[in-house]
Amino acid sequence: MRVPVDWLGEYVELPAGVTGEQIAAALVAVGLEEEGLHGGDVAGPLVVGRVLEKHPEPQKNGKTINWCQVDVGDSNGTGEPQGIVCGAHNFEVGDLVAVILPGGVLPGNFQISARKTYGHVSAGMICSVRELGIGEDHDGIIVLPRLLGEHHVEELGLQPGDDLIPVLGLDREVVEVNVTPDRGYCFSLRGVAREYSHSTGAAYTDPALIPVDPATQDGYAVELADAGIPELDGVPGCDRYVARIVRGIDLTRETPEWMQRRLLEAGMRPISLAVDVTNYVMLALGQPLHAFDLATLQGPIVVRRAVAGERLRTLDDVDRVLDPEDLLITDSGTRILALAGVMGGEDGEVTPGQTTDVLIESAHFDPRSVARSSRRHRLSSEAAKRFERGVDPDVTDAAAQLAVNLLVEHGGGTADPAITDADQRVATRGPIELDVTMPTRYVGVDYTPERVREILTMIGCEVRELGQGTISVTPPGWRPDLTDAPTLVEEVARVDGYDKIPSVVPRAIGGRGLTHGQRARRRVAGALAGQGLHEVLTYPFVGESRFDELGLAADDVRRTALRLANPLSDEAPLMRTELLQTLPEALRRNISRGSRDVALFEIDTVTLPDHAAQAPVPGVGARPDDAVLQQIRDAVPGQPWHVAVVAAGQADRSGWWGKGRPVDVTDVVAWAHSVADTLGVPLRRVQAERAPFHPGRCVELTLEDGTTVGFVGELHPKVVQRLGLPDRTSAAELDLDVLVAASERPTQVRPLSTHPMASSDVALVVPRSTRYGDVEASLRAGAGELLESVELFDVYVGDQLAADQQSLAFRMHFRAPDRTLTTEEVNAARDAAVARAAKDHGAVQR
Amino acid sequence: MSGPNTNYDPVEVAALAPEALEANVADALDAIAAATSLEELKAARLAHAGERSPLALANREIGALPPSAKADAGKRVGQARGQVNQALAARQVELEAERDERILVEEALDLTVAPARHPVGRRHVLTVTAERMADAMVALGWEIAEGPGVEAEWFNFDALNFDKDHPARQMQDTFFVDPADAGLVLRTHTSPVQARSLLERGVPLYVAVPGKTFRTDELDATHTPVFHQLEGIAIDEGLTMAHLKGTLDRLAEAMFGPGITSRLRPAFFPFTEPSAEMDFRCFVCRGEDPGCRTCGGTGWIEWGGCGMVNHNVLRAAGVDPERYQGFAFGMGVERTAMFRHGIEDMREMIEGDVRFNAQFGMEI
Repeated sequence: MRVPVDWLGEYVELPAGVTGEQIAAALVAVGLEEEGLHGGDVAGPLVVGRVLEKHPEPQKNGKTINWCQVDVGDSNGTGEPQGIVCGAHNFEVGDLVAVILPGGVLPGNFQISARKTYGHVSAGMICSVRELGIGEDHDGIIVLPRLLGEHHVEELGLQPGDDLIPVLGLDREVVEVNVTPDRGYCFSLRGVAREYSHSTGAAYTDPALIPVDPATQDGYAVELADAGIPELDGVPGCDRYVARIVRGIDLTRETPEWMQRRLLEAGMRPISLAVDVTNYVMLALGQPLHAFDLATLQGPIVVRRAVAGERLRTLDDVDRVLDPEDLLITDSGTRILALAGVMGGEDGEVTPGQTTDVLIESAHFDPRSVARSSRRHRLSSEAAKRFERGVDPDVTDAAAQLAVNLLVEHGGGTADPAITDADQRVATRGPIELDVTMPTRYVGVDYTPERVREILTMIGCEVRELGQGTISVTPPGWRPDLTDAPTLVEEVARVDGYDKIPSVVPRAIGGRGLTHGQRARRRVAGALAGQGLHEVLTYPFVGESRFDELGLAADDVRRTALRLANPLSDEAPLMRTELLQTLPEALRRNISRGSRDVALFEIDTVTLPDHAAQAPVPGVGARPDDAVLQQIRDAVPGQPWHVAVVAAGQADRSGWWGKGRPVDVTDVVAWAHSVADTLGVPLRRVQAERAPFHPGRCVELTLEDGTTVGFVGELHPKVVQRLGLPDRTSAAELDLDVLVAASERPTQVRPLSTHPMASSDVALVVPRSTRYGDVEASLRAGAGELLESVELFDVYVGDQLAADQQSLAFRMHFRAPDRTLTTEEVNAARDAAVARAAKDHGAVQR
Repeated sequence: MSGPNTNYDPVEVAALAPEALEANVADALDAIAAATSLEELKAARLAHAGERSPLALANREIGALPPSAKADAGKRVGQARGQVNQALAARQVELEAERDERILVEEALDLTVAPARHPVGRRHVLTVTAERMADAMVALGWEIAEGPGVEAEWFNFDALNFDKDHPARQMQDTFFVDPADAGLVLRTHTSPVQARSLLERGVPLYVAVPGKTFRTDELDATHTPVFHQLEGIAIDEGLTMAHLKGTLDRLAEAMFGPGITSRLRPAFFPFTEPSAEMDFRCFVCRGEDPGCRTCGGTGWIEWGGCGMVNHNVLRAAGVDPERYQGFAFGMGVERTAMFRHGIEDMREMIEGDVRFNAQFGMEI
């Protein structure tokens, strides 16, 4: 809401010389956030100039500039013409223009000085509306009679050298505030002025308190035909409708300059007298009005719901199919004049030059009905914005009266004595009972009962004593947001001042610290970062094409992704089902920016659409029953935590210190293991084939019970190519939730043996298709309890073996808990291990 | 000195003559002093103290002397050899020390260019900032709760007193899950966890909720469709806005330093009543520089929204608002990190450029 300061001053007493900034600060204190300050930022000399000479001079850059001599009277101190370079061409010799002279300041603290440009010394600038901050038009510079009207310029008798700052209203300030959804009444000068008064104590005059002509029985027929529909809880769409008629208006008359200026300052474009008056009243009182051409109305005004299939072409020239929930203004019930409270149609529209008699509609519509129509038709209007936030139903008649007065005064019309006020309001809200100690108990500031009553009265409530420390509070019509005791507490707190609230640290009941899962995620992230990986966060949005790029089969379950109804991009409407669908992008970006050795990880949730079809939405203010709550919870898809890694470049960096080593899949397998080791979870490895990995370079990691933890591998060469990644890029993705759950139980230790360790090496020849891990498992199984550890320390393939054979060299370490092992015992255990490997895999000792 | 010995062999006697011995010793000492390396010293040792050196040969002659002369000659030869050996040992020590020193000089490495064999990686500034904020709340005795990013519409809006037709519900720029009547959204704030925590944990309740949130904003320097918040909710008997302010003051101090307090301004949110916007004291100028670039000269920096939990929120979670009351707050983790670290462009936190990460320590 843009608040012209001089207009504000008409309703509330402003201290002399008050600045926009001070006003904004006072409004912030009561909850109207400052959005901006306009005006007041042009400093003179800004004067009237008459163009005496204009010499076009083509430039090398293709532009043509005008070298001008401008008469600025005595304002430059010499009385001599001022030489100014001007790039615009929309003026002629003899025109009156706006000239800012050296020493002046334009918005944005742009200091004007004489400067050399295009081979001349340009002593000032001929201004456009944009440069002066009074409009967006940058077609060219201001020619005063065109901007202000010939007539007006003559009236003012503007002469070269005259000060333009007051003429253009540049000394006038506009404060722009953000109005929160509960304060609809602050979409009016009436409301903002009242808030300023609450903040500062300045005297306030309610502009709605004007003499209002009483309603009569013979006014224009109005029928409020909607008694309410179940979809809107039976609330009637319109409970008050005032219709006033003004006859014999000359709508070709120009809107008075002061009103046009106020409209402009408030951010609305002057259009014609009738429209300007309705807008002016809306800005002043917050009541949207509509003006109809009386001559075109075919019968009584009927306010009713739409019937399925009805259509309306609204004033924004869109043909709309109406919904049975839409509230309509019709004449005689059949012809639709307007979508109530949102926007008018072509029928009944006022046309300057034709229309002489006007019917003014001032009505009160159900906020929810207007909100839904506005949303349904994606049609936001100044009227809808106010109606959906609640308009004061007590000013309906005063607003109509103010419009009538203005039309009579400036349009030369006559007000019809017959006045309609269809008022079918029923009291929907009773007074609120308030324990006067509640504000203190809620806010922590000691408010006396007197102070509580004083503030509530100040904001317009009627306060009655009920005894025993309880008061009955009836909020004013402009405060539909005051509905219960806490809303009154807020009024007391904000008017008294939030700055008076003390600071007290609550003594919490004491908690259990971070959960195991929270700690585990931190540790895993720390472990990966400690090994040289960088944590990144990528957006979770993907498209089907990404699944193709990753080589997911048509029936891959990972293609079943949650779809957004309104994605930011149609290319990425799905929620990722794995982190590796988005993480490689970050690697590619790093590489394209010149980084070479990049290892990244991400820890986040993925979305698995395993949920029930629909989540109930049971509404506000009550706890749904357990069954409904369960349905809601069940409808939310599973979102397990994952950790993913992707790496390219060198694992050991080369440099002056020596040679490096490229990162490969074994590094990533090791990192994946470090994640599990961080949490103390033993893993198993099973060779696997799975997209997006190289079919021969991928391993599945599982818990000891076989539960899948994740997959590690080198990315498939085709995937690497399609995603634009470096060759041999390797990656991993693990389900952190599985690891976290597996690590929940504290590790139980075995006592350490201090007896000596005995080692024995074996080299086993097996087919090359036999997996290392399987041979190792057989050795473990065969060696029995004396085996402490086993490691694969060499793999040989070559001339001394058949082409399809490999030799695996294992070192086994044996130890007993209670004695030193004899050579015989060690040999027996080793032989048993080898025998098991021979049985399982045909292994032959070399 | 003893007198002449008639049995003495003049030739043999010559070798044991004091003059001869002195000459031998002098030769040996010259050679030892002249040795400039351990190798040369080794040669000198062989020549002057070895088996075939003049002194060794002289020593052998002693046996041929008459008993009366033996003692005297033995003493002189012994002294001479001792002198030579001492000189050898001393020179050995000197030369070894020289060698050791030379080796250290020769082995010197220039370490003024840092070797970066295995540079450490980094956590992301947003996760670490959120953890730091959570830790500050844990220190106050609160617990850390979490909730899903894809959330039921009821939890995101209705449970928080956003009526279906409430204008605030339209202002949230919500991502809806397809089909639009699925009743699911990407949560627009971490506040749904307020309702979830109340339902699951009951009262009294003190929980903070860090998490990812979504709104349909295009990415630019100051907006991102995916961002992070820290939510706090405390419900107990007798909690007031003063407790809210006290909690925010502690959190502001934890994030921005001692003496950085918070300020409340009236505002509106459907799920709180009374509601407030919260600012924290500019930690750069502390309100004393009207030209401050960090706060724009206002002395305060906007941080988030807060207020006393609306009765309808308590009712939706089955909590009796006549008995229990409390407060809630929420602020942006991005905003907190941007101010703490002077990050001017939101995109730097989004793009995952390792050069951005590398500027931070592990514990920021």
